[in-house]
Amino acid sequence: MPVPEITNSFAGSVNRVTLGATKESGGTRTSTVTIGGSTNVVYGGSSSDAGQKPVIAMDVIDTRPETWPDVLAQSYEGVLDSPADWAKKCVEESGADMICLTFDGIHPDTGDKDGGHAVKVTQDVLAAVGVPLVLWGCGNNEKDNKILPMVSQAAKGENCLIGPVEEDNYKSLTAIALADGHHLITKAPLDINIAKQVNILTSDMGFPLEKIVTFQATGALGYGIEYAYSIQERQRMAALGGDKMMAMPAICDAGYESWRVKEAKMDAEQWGPVDDRGPMWEAATAICLLQAGVDIVRMRHPKAVATVKKFINQIWK
Amino acid sequence: MALTGLEIFKLLPKTNCKKCGKPTCLAFAMQLAQKKAKLDDCPCASDEAKESLSAAAAPPMRQITFGTGETQVQAGQETVLFRHDEKFYSPTIIAVTVSDKLAGDELQKRIDTVSGLQFERVGCKIGVRAIAVVNDSGDADAFAAAAAKADESSDLALILCSDSADAMAAAVAKTAASKPLIASATADNAEAMAKIANDSKCPVVAKASSLKDLVDLTEKLAGLGVEDIVLSFEGMSLEQELRSLTEARVLSLKKVFRPLGYPTLSVVSEGDAAEQSASGIALACKYSGIVILDTVEPFALLPMLTAVMNVYSDPQKPIQVEPKMYEIGEPDENSPVIFTTNFSLTYYTVESDVEASRVPCYIIVVDTEGTSVLTAYSGDKLNEKAVADAITKLGVEDKVKHRKLIIPGYVAVMSGKLEEATGWEIMVGPRESSMLAKYLQEVWK
Repeated sequence: MPVPEITNSFAGSVNRVTLGATKESGGTRTSTVTIGGSTNVVYGGSSSDAGQKPVIAMDVIDTRPETWPDVLAQSYEGVLDSPADWAKKCVEESGADMICLTFDGIHPDTGDKDGGHAVKVTQDVLAAVGVPLVLWGCGNNEKDNKILPMVSQAAKGENCLIGPVEEDNYKSLTAIALADGHHLITKAPLDINIAKQVNILTSDMGFPLEKIVTFQATGALGYGIEYAYSIQERQRMAALGGDKMMAMPAICDAGYESWRVKEAKMDAEQWGPVDDRGPMWEAATAICLLQAGVDIVRMRHPKAVATVKKFINQIWK
Repeated sequence: MALTGLEIFKLLPKTNCKKCGKPTCLAFAMQLAQKKAKLDDCPCASDEAKESLSAAAAPPMRQITFGTGETQVQAGQETVLFRHDEKFYSPTIIAVTVSDKLAGDELQKRIDTVSGLQFERVGCKIGVRAIAVVNDSGDADAFAAAAAKADESSDLALILCSDSADAMAAAVAKTAASKPLIASATADNAEAMAKIANDSKCPVVAKASSLKDLVDLTEKLAGLGVEDIVLSFEGMSLEQELRSLTEARVLSLKKVFRPLGYPTLSVVSEGDAAEQSASGIALACKYSGIVILDTVEPFALLPMLTAVMNVYSDPQKPIQVEPKMYEIGEPDENSPVIFTTNFSLTYYTVESDVEASRVPCYIIVVDTEGTSVLTAYSGDKLNEKAVADAITKLGVEDKVKHRKLIIPGYVAVMSGKLEEATGWEIMVGPRESSMLAKYLQEVWK
């Protein structure tokens, strides 16, 4: 019997987004990344439907992280106090496609540092590496609203991905990202309706939909990843269905989430050596979300990055 | 393809005899179409009607079982492409190889290692569920001996991997009582493998290098009387395999294309343990019913098993933890008491944040039918009475000397009533669990 043809009549596709600005485009990046563009479900249709290769944004924290488990912190011994050297290490040794500079140090509970610090770190990292940057706030609205505009300004023209903005806190950062020529991350707490709402709110302010990347929040493997997984699949279906408010590429956070869970850091002989298990938990979290259709994965451990890169290179050309 | 109510109605006796319990044949037909009734309920249905209806009602993807008794496993019977559309029914069976090149102690050791890959996390048991004996030696006797050994000394379901019909016949002869999965029939050995499968009543894997060849092969096997078939691809890159698995899934479910209406099996033998785990997770998600790996590293298997557990969970049913008092660290009579809900995500988030604080604690889990704090509060499943009852029932007052209860910041509004209902001093904790460590270290003291 002949194999029947599958005819897809998808009305839409995932937006194609380019991050980073080289000299020709008014920035100083030496490379850019393009994400999105998928015109089918993950593994649906032919290779050409798969869109752009997903990319890895490796986390660099503005301030020495005090709570990282040893298995993770050891990988960055000697550079944890220098975001510039840290970023360089990620790019040169792990082949990070992007650096996600996270400003945990400005949070009132973890340093309460000021704008001068954040701007300097941003400038240092921009100077140290040529890949595009993600600039990620600390999660405290007051501090983010005060300091991220300065960070944005310091990276003006570099076409960074900045955020995240949320349903109840989006105005100041959206305005500044627009003014400084950055792409914007819209965040929702594992709720697809709120996800769409934030996109509507930011676009009502005149922010172009095609410059948005969504962050649906992430659960680690074993701790709610199925919620993120299904939301990413639903987002892809909405994009293919032609919903312009849901056609953005997606970023997820495998690094932070997976290193919080005990399977990644607890000594337990029957689960195998923690030196291997920690990175594997992070890689597995990332791999799982890639099956649901994410475009940028935030990651931390070099070993985990290597595993995920190898996987991505097998699937996307 | 499923029949509509009217199509079913035409096949019924149209006597409105009400013996099925419905007022009319039409009403019964409508119930049948919605799968809310069974044709067996109609005592007057003709044989012709039964045949047409059962053919149409057969699930688009067949369910296959192998192994026996408590360790029997099942694959297939999936109905959707995305778990959010309903749910996935048969969690991917993770299997690990045992080579028949091993003998004696080495063979025994490998079998024991594979069988021992069982884990417990968040209160659930997960583990490798099948052992795949591989005919690497090319020798029929060695294969049969290794298969017999695995069958005898492992509780796991058995998969026999050889493309040689002679070797398969020898191995099945020794293990048929345990209903192994025969892997694999190919275009070259289809007749012989079909005969072994039919004689032993064991399911068989059909293996080909393209979707088209696979369709030809399953039709051939079906023509030879084989009903229980598992699909497998050989010689493909991981990308090709994932695309082919997806195509087969779409064809079987959306087009009800019967030659591909079977569960699937994948073999992952390349790469180190971490790479195998990565490939295995992708295959389990999209859409392999059985994945055979070479690695026996727990660090690689645990995340893969966890991924299967998560992705194959029912999206309609929140996973719950037992409502009781949990002890984190070694709490004593002066340790803090916190309460949260029995939604597993809520509980395990709180648990891990309390652990991180290194402050020994009691966590009271209130039964909120698996809902989170805010949802439970809005739905009145979390109120002062539920908390007070839990404190009494769990004997919390015997465990601690103090009478201070830390409550989730999101339900600060409960404080007054809760204080009245329990007589405890209420301390409002942080809204986000991630701030618990700081709270316990600084505010509690």
